[in-house]
Amino acid sequence: MENIILWTIQILLLPALSPLCVGIIRKIKARFQNRQGASVFQPYNDLWKLFHKDEVISADASWIFRFAPFAIFGATMAVSAGIPIFASFLSNNFTSDILVVIYILAIGTFFLALAGLDVGGAFGGFGASREMTVSSLAEGGLLFSLLVLSIVSGTTNLFSISGTIDSLPLASLLPVGLAFLGFFIAMLAETARFPFDNPSTHLELTMIHEAMIIEYSGKRLALIEWASANKLLIFITLGSSLFFPMGIAHSIGLIAIAAAILIFLLKVLVFCIVIAIIESGIAKLRLFRLPDLLLFSFILSIIAIGLII
Amino acid sequence: MFRLFYKIFTTPKTVINADDLNCDQAEVSAVGAKIQEKVKKLFRGSLAIRMVDAGSTNAAEQELVALSNAFYDAERFGIHFVASPKHADMLLVTGPVTRNMKNALIKAYEATPDPKIVVALGDDAIDGGIFKGSYAIYDGVKNVIPVDYEISGDPPSPKTILCHLLKILGAIDAKQTKV
Amino acid sequence: MLEAILTQTTFFAILALFALGAIAALIFRKDDRLANLAGSSFAILGSLLGIAYSIAAINSEVVIFYEIKSSFPLLSFNFNIDKLSAFFIFIISLISLFCSIYGTGYIKHFYGKYSLGSLGFFYNFFIAGMLLVVSSANILFFLIAWEIMSLASYFLVTYERDKQENIKAGSLYFIMTHIGTAFIILALLLLYKFTGSFDFLAIKESIGSVPVFAKDMIFILALIGFGTKAGIIPMHIWLPAAHPAAPSHVSALMSGVMIKTGIYMMIRIFFDIFTDVPLWWGAVILIVGSASALLGVLYAMAENDLKKLLAYSSIENIGIILLGLGSALSFAALEMKSFVALALIASLFHILNHSVFKSLLFLGAGSVISKTHTRNIEEYGGLIKYMPHTALFFLAGSMAISALPPFNGFFSEWLTFQALFEGMKSMDSAYQWIFVFSAGALVLTSGLALATFVKAFGVSFLARPRSDAVKYAKESSFSLRLGMAALAALCLIFGLSSGFLTEIFNKIVRSINSFGDYDPALVVSQNHLISVNGGFSSISAPTIFAALILAGIAAFAIIRFISKEQKVKIGATWDCGTNLGPRMEITSTGFSRTLIMIFKGILKPSKQAGIEYRDANMRYFPKSRTYVLEISDVYKKYFYKPIHNFVLKISERVKKIQSGNVNAYVLYIFMALILLLFFAV
Repeated sequence: MENIILWTIQILLLPALSPLCVGIIRKIKARFQNRQGASVFQPYNDLWKLFHKDEVISADASWIFRFAPFAIFGATMAVSAGIPIFASFLSNNFTSDILVVIYILAIGTFFLALAGLDVGGAFGGFGASREMTVSSLAEGGLLFSLLVLSIVSGTTNLFSISGTIDSLPLASLLPVGLAFLGFFIAMLAETARFPFDNPSTHLELTMIHEAMIIEYSGKRLALIEWASANKLLIFITLGSSLFFPMGIAHSIGLIAIAAAILIFLLKVLVFCIVIAIIESGIAKLRLFRLPDLLLFSFILSIIAIGLII
Repeated sequence: MFRLFYKIFTTPKTVINADDLNCDQAEVSAVGAKIQEKVKKLFRGSLAIRMVDAGSTNAAEQELVALSNAFYDAERFGIHFVASPKHADMLLVTGPVTRNMKNALIKAYEATPDPKIVVALGDDAIDGGIFKGSYAIYDGVKNVIPVDYEISGDPPSPKTILCHLLKILGAIDAKQTKV
Repeated sequence: MLEAILTQTTFFAILALFALGAIAALIFRKDDRLANLAGSSFAILGSLLGIAYSIAAINSEVVIFYEIKSSFPLLSFNFNIDKLSAFFIFIISLISLFCSIYGTGYIKHFYGKYSLGSLGFFYNFFIAGMLLVVSSANILFFLIAWEIMSLASYFLVTYERDKQENIKAGSLYFIMTHIGTAFIILALLLLYKFTGSFDFLAIKESIGSVPVFAKDMIFILALIGFGTKAGIIPMHIWLPAAHPAAPSHVSALMSGVMIKTGIYMMIRIFFDIFTDVPLWWGAVILIVGSASALLGVLYAMAENDLKKLLAYSSIENIGIILLGLGSALSFAALEMKSFVALALIASLFHILNHSVFKSLLFLGAGSVISKTHTRNIEEYGGLIKYMPHTALFFLAGSMAISALPPFNGFFSEWLTFQALFEGMKSMDSAYQWIFVFSAGALVLTSGLALATFVKAFGVSFLARPRSDAVKYAKESSFSLRLGMAALAALCLIFGLSSGFLTEIFNKIVRSINSFGDYDPALVVSQNHLISVNGGFSSISAPTIFAALILAGIAAFAIIRFISKEQKVKIGATWDCGTNLGPRMEITSTGFSRTLIMIFKGILKPSKQAGIEYRDANMRYFPKSRTYVLEISDVYKKYFYKPIHNFVLKISERVKKIQSGNVNAYVLYIFMALILLLFFAV
């Protein structure tokens, strides 16, 4: 019984919180620009409105375009059951492998890029091309940084990693730190944040994610926006629960779990603040400078692996 | 980067501060608060605007850009500008509609999903303004696509735009409640 | 029931069916329809029987051995079908079954143009040759089978002989495959020299008598020889030329199955015959595999010819297979038997998967090409509306080859990753790094493969037609779709049943000579949960599938629940007010240009820009602009050209002794005799 409740919380927490996360980042960015900014709940309003609008679908679009939002959203939901959020004891040996999580997210990328190509507009095409360029190079840093953790903790199961990494020897602090840096860069790339992509851009020069979804409207746009918010929170959760698993609940208990959820929210908030500070502080990089950064993340993770094996 | 943040936090006075000096800002906030209320009611708290420049002099654009600066900050009222008409609730058309832009404007109108409103912004968008009668233009947006509301001024100031938006939203509200 | 099939008669019946098909096709060569019917139907029957036979052989515990003595000394027609051979027979029969079904409809467009008789003849011989290769147990017999396979495929490559490029591709293939065969013969003769037997079984018995140096020589020669067939870089140059030239169902067989015979012989020699292998062998294979995977996918990404793209991607997948094989060989050197099994299973699983999805993709490409009459991706676009079923099957193949769960490619790649992770953890320092870099190559490869197949599917099938060629395309006929549909279904089924398949692979690997008993590193529990090395990693295909389906349904339910009243309007693509022509869509070159520029150090692209002005004096209005982006063939330039020049130079020198003077020749004979006398004494 308890397990069912916990699993429900686990699965619903992510999509419920993810728009808030986007809202917080926007709010902090607005404050940095000396603006008051929209309320942190604005993304919920946006989604709710979009769900109630009609749709205009291009006559050139095929079923891929119609189907893609479900696949993209579904992929993020499928992942949300496989990553540790507040409890490490919820063991899931079935879908909670590093590679499974990365490749299920790749399904979303795959369909997003196809949907961008599908309508035959100029935007979608180059958006898809850029997205595939960035994501194909980001995968290395992502996988290897998580691999560092799994070699340290002796398992590639994410729940088990979050359960064991608390008691790390001091010697593995440096490789885990390096891996986190590598992970963070890959995370910014995968979630389309600065310096890889500008989430609030209207200019085709700086578009990646925005260019692919430019043809969507109404409920499908809402699903995609929600999915990309989910993806952001998934990566933040991975970062916070795997690299900083302090406070995560190791056993069933009302206080432990409530505390774990609170601490989780706090960690997410810290991540959001850090991302917002970075976005306010640096400019977007030129597209051809991105591979350097992505390879840097890859190499950092390889060095981290070299330090522990 | 840290120097930048340091500067942001240490010198707030370089930007007009809302609370201590300007009565204007208070007015803007007051209008904005009402707008926010209407937006919440009519557009579920989120009004997405797509700007269409149908051959304008860019004067109106300047004012619209000012809407999202730190002073007016329309975003806090739930209004934001989007990149594609497919994402938009409101088409904000500026310019007297030149012949070259006619088809583009119609396409933008068709690409906007329902429910949508079209607002002509500025005198030239309403009836051609100072360009009225020129062979190169269609004398206003209403001759090309159905216009729901108009905002006069050449160009209207950001505050005027906000006030008008409020009126427009009020009018829609009245219409909806009647129906 | 299956035991009943497992007789000598059945096996020869399979071969006989293919032989019958070959002969019948020749007999009916005057009538295209009959020749097609004869050639294809016997191939289908033979493949069906082959599938049944191989399943029985994999399940049975006995190793099957048939022997036919021939009148020549040393040559005897020995068949030795253990589980490994049976597994390859299974793959060959499975793929040729669907390729033949596909072929019945596909080759109709050759009616009246080329002889269907010769196509059926060589096609059947090609399949029979492959079956013989994987079941033969005698060196000489093996070489004969290898030649049958190579020659039959050569004639299939040059089948459309009116096209000059096909003849050229065929010649290149002919030369390269025989260079490979030369290395193979040397390797096998060395084996014979030290063991004194042509029989694989006898060689296995007396393998201890081969000295270390000879072993290393055999390893290198065999790697080059069989690697040429498998298409490892830099021996790959024939592959992207020859595979596109053949008719598509033959390309599917060549890419899906034939190149795996090279891998089969590597497994046979390195794992089954050799024992006590040195550690550096595995390292060499890992390096070769990483290079092939990474370079293969880079060239595939840059390619605009659909079939060439698939051919390069075959090189990439051979690289992935070699990564599994190389780690298995490294573990074998260290006697870590449970990990050998893990890595070898990964390798075998990927062999099976690649043969399924690559042949599916080639069949899909063939279906498109037969309707549009061009292989250039740039001229496609919007095909999904003209050929919806083909598009769906191609999409399934693309997802499988990009290793997206729940399709089969993901699970073999997952196992390969696990093998590499285990190597990282358990090897000594220098070899550890080789494993780290191999894993790095693999993860980059899989990322780039995703980009490649987004391009291959997206640019060809989506958006609007870029040329008129597409507008006349229609959906292919039923037999073509049947062949593709079955393979697409297999992609999903093999993915979902990965737990079950892993257990079968466990059985196959156990039967290979050099392992005795070991603790399995790979355990499949009741609910299809595959777990590696006592819970280091675990995965369950049906659960992943269910999770994805459930999540998709959830998304659908949200839409249904919240926005039930919202209408969908069909409009135009938002084009910013201009008219969208075919030139405004992204092209294949445009799609991959960013990645090409990023990897320009490896790909060496050459750019040419040319502008033509309306008025040469007033350069404001360009009439046309051309921009050419080309990938130069580095291997031809830096590897084959120098060798070619060197051989030419030597030949020039050698030519000088051919003076045409009889006296000189008498002198040569005399000198040769004296030399021989010296050696004899």
